[in-house]
Amino acid sequence: MSKSLKNILGISVAALIFTSSTTTMAGERLGIGSLVSKSVIAGWDIDARPDGHGLPKGSGTVEKGEEVYLEQCAACHGEFGEGAGRYPVLMGGYDTLTTADPQKTVGSYWPYATTLYDYIRRAMPYGNAQSLTTDEVYSVSAYVLFMNDILEEDATLDAQRLAAIKMPNRNGFILPDPRPDVKKTACMKDCKTRIEVKSFARKVAVTPDVKKPQ
Amino acid sequence: MATKKPELPVENPLNRRNFLKGSAALAGGVAAAAVPTMALAGDPENLPPNVPSWSQGLGDGVDITPYGMPSEFEQKVVRRTVPWLTATPESSVSFTPIADLHGIITPNGLHFCRHHGGVADIDTDDHRLVIHGLVDRELIFTMRDIKRMPSVSRVHFLECAANGGMEWRGAQLEAVQFTHGMISCCEWTGVKLSTLLDECGIKPKAKWLLAEGADASGMTRSIPMDKALDDCMVVYAQNGEMLRPEQGYPLRLFVPGWEGNMSIKWLRRIEVGDQPWHTREETSKYTDLMPTGKARQFTWFQECNSVITSPSMEKPINGKGFVEIQGLAWTGQGKIKQVDVSVDGGKNWQPAQIDGPVFGKALTRFHLPWKWDGKPALLQSRAIDESGYVQPDFSELRALRGEWSIYHNNSVHTWKVNTGGDVENVQIS
Repeated sequence: MSKSLKNILGISVAALIFTSSTTTMAGERLGIGSLVSKSVIAGWDIDARPDGHGLPKGSGTVEKGEEVYLEQCAACHGEFGEGAGRYPVLMGGYDTLTTADPQKTVGSYWPYATTLYDYIRRAMPYGNAQSLTTDEVYSVSAYVLFMNDILEEDATLDAQRLAAIKMPNRNGFILPDPRPDVKKTACMKDCKTRIEVKSFARKVAVTPDVKKPQ
Repeated sequence: MATKKPELPVENPLNRRNFLKGSAALAGGVAAAAVPTMALAGDPENLPPNVPSWSQGLGDGVDITPYGMPSEFEQKVVRRTVPWLTATPESSVSFTPIADLHGIITPNGLHFCRHHGGVADIDTDDHRLVIHGLVDRELIFTMRDIKRMPSVSRVHFLECAANGGMEWRGAQLEAVQFTHGMISCCEWTGVKLSTLLDECGIKPKAKWLLAEGADASGMTRSIPMDKALDDCMVVYAQNGEMLRPEQGYPLRLFVPGWEGNMSIKWLRRIEVGDQPWHTREETSKYTDLMPTGKARQFTWFQECNSVITSPSMEKPINGKGFVEIQGLAWTGQGKIKQVDVSVDGGKNWQPAQIDGPVFGKALTRFHLPWKWDGKPALLQSRAIDESGYVQPDFSELRALRGEWSIYHNNSVHTWKVNTGGDVENVQIS
């Protein structure tokens, strides 16, 4: 075999090996990413689930919660949870969900009390998230539940008690998604007899100017 | 270049007056060149037979704009907000100017934004994605790790569940930017979520994921495993460049065809579990309240929808004769199969031409040539997707869902063309 042919064969064999070693089978691991320890995950693992999964050890009281709430929350949500400006109302709204002005508050709408803990821990106070201690989050959660007549004034809250709360609107949700709920065929000709204009956006007059840059 | 704008006769004095007011405030001396219509256009000194300045002197060199920007005469084509909608701009929405866009791709700087705690400003070297829970191996990924993995690129729309939400109780906002602008469509590039989950090895009991953002809202949504393994992606690029900060730089989840809120931006953590988390954003928000007082939960997919973007409030008709009716259609249930257009308020319909590529779960462009006779008209579009689903009217939606569900309005939209050629948002019987 000539030296040049040997070289060519050598190259093609090497190319074959190279090709097969870079082709991964479906489902085969790539081996990318690093193992991560529980203690590292713990710093970011801040979710809480309705079954209590993720709720940390600790506890809080309505009394302590009022203190924290007035200092950290009332500026936006109002002293009594009534909401300031466009900020969310936290309390009341019972028996409004079928009216023309439904108020979806923690008391009237939220199906799970654990969601309150989860949300306060991750996102509140607005602009200073994840700054409250575990006991403060339990306390503020307790206070918001107290404002909604779900907890008594002397109540204490911890993981077990929070997961055991049955929220007033627990059964207020429809699952699974019933859509597509409108079923129709595409009419092409003489589909309507009478057409009347029912509303004009112009008359509402709330549209920002689109004729200049913002 | 001459800077004085001569007064020219126009067909629509009201629109023109408003426009000039706006453009003068915006561009001062260059207002003339920003005028969009033939009737308004042009400084005579720049028009034939005269030779304009840009044909004589040299323009900017190649080194002037290392990252190019749109023409200064397109400054009106921007995202806009409706300030009264929300308490603060950090937890709010901006709308894509869909009347001024062409084709199906939304430029990155015009993609609508919905943030809940402002834009997280993250150095790509400092970003990590952790996957843990019901997996064989709990792993942490750097951005370098993720970019080493097999990549995919897909064109998909992203639409806020509340797009059109202000119109449930009647026509309210005048511009199509606000009635339908919580939608965009990009080519997204990243890694299939299933690739990442394969690396970790999901346990048999695993049925749900919690996806969590690194922003100050710690945005979280539960994603069912079937969807995660079907077509979800973890993306780092849009339209060929890295994600914009406001779209989740350096990494976001992308859940094709489903409400935009699920495509968690600044994705930092995925927990694998056996049940949903019922986070605030999937209980107190993004649930659809029905007239019975019960609310639909986990209403994920975006239904077939369409809108005429021209003519529209932003794109009035300039005189009788030829008008190309243009619009966008989309569906979270596959591909758009057909779009019909009516010029008489839905009495009669004709199929529009589908123009350009038709991708699944992507914006699809339609056109219809029309001859306007100068009389009032009611323009509508109605899309049909490959599942056979036909876009409904408001009357059909309200009969089932009432007026308080906020989310998932995909009603046929009506534009009323008035005799002057101006176009307004109305709702009809």
